[in-house]
Amino acid sequence: MPLIVGMSVLLGCQFLGQILVHELQLHVPGPVVGMVVLLIGLMINGRVPEGLRTSGEGLLRYLTLLFVPAGVGIMVHFDLIKADFWPITVTLVVSTALTLAVTAKVMSWLTRSMPRDPHDEWREERP
Amino acid sequence: MSMPVPALDQLWVYLSASPLLHLLVTFVAFMGASYFNRLLGGTPLLHPVVLTVALIIGFLTLTDTDYATYFEGAQFIHFLLGPATVALAIPLYDYRERVWRMLVPILLSCVAGIVTSVTSAVGVAMLMGASRETVLTLAPKSVTSPIAMGIAEKLGGIPSLAAGLVLITGSIGCALGPVIFRLVRVRDPSVQGFTMGVAAHGFGTAYSFSSIGAVAGAFAGLAMGLTGLLTAFILPPLVHLFGL
Repeated sequence: MPLIVGMSVLLGCQFLGQILVHELQLHVPGPVVGMVVLLIGLMINGRVPEGLRTSGEGLLRYLTLLFVPAGVGIMVHFDLIKADFWPITVTLVVSTALTLAVTAKVMSWLTRSMPRDPHDEWREERP
Repeated sequence: MSMPVPALDQLWVYLSASPLLHLLVTFVAFMGASYFNRLLGGTPLLHPVVLTVALIIGFLTLTDTDYATYFEGAQFIHFLLGPATVALAIPLYDYRERVWRMLVPILLSCVAGIVTSVTSAVGVAMLMGASRETVLTLAPKSVTSPIAMGIAEKLGGIPSLAAGLVLITGSIGCALGPVIFRLVRVRDPSVQGFTMGVAAHGFGTAYSFSSIGAVAGAFAGLAMGLTGLLTAFILPPLVHLFGL
């Protein structure tokens, strides 16, 4: 039963999120607003209920799988991509690399004086 | 040997009409890709999702199946993206004190990331001679797909192509992330996770959870949501600066 309670909480928040997006004409997806709704709920509640944690963390563990159906959709756009192949490829690689470097550098510079958490997992990336 | 070809044909027609087949294909391809990725020592260069997608596209091409038919089965997996996005509030709640403490750096680096992402995408694409439509479609590439589609549509890009490019950006981000972090010597998992969320949305978030850790995952989820929200406001005037 806790799993079902957890899943209902997640779907309920998403539902509330969809309603808010529709009513307030927000340009944000319903689930993102649902995430904010759940966060506020957890802050009021003061802890994460067992069932919610089980179902939520279960979903997050397989987050990559959930992107597969949308990813396969790229097959519909092969012609469009072929038409502008090099501009698209170079832009994506260069711009993504720059975004990663700038964001990481700016954030680590801004947080340089903050105390480090001893509980951090300082796991090095695998070679 | 005894099975005549027409019967097999009919069996195929029967199977491919039910959502079961493509749901199963998705799971099996994912398992195969994850296994193969582990064999290669978990290399970020061949993201399991990219390999899964490639395997499935190969299967669909071989069996002459269109995307709509595939999606009838796969939609059950796709549906779970909604509750999974909501569930990102849980790690965020777990690390709320840390997020609160880092609030100013978080907001500033998010804006820095968005400005870099949009200006470099538009700039490089224009230099490379991409069409106006392609440039506008590339601009929101680092934002989670539903938001990117909305932005592309408003600007005059192609929404469905924007969704596809967002996914490619996500996998490029996962491949480049570890390399860039080593180059700029950033080791803090909260910074790494946040950066992955800004540059590679949901893919970066999933990568952070699976390859860096829970703190990184929480910050990546936060970054993904924040980038989506802020880009919707920052992007149109930025693109305007390029005269588009």
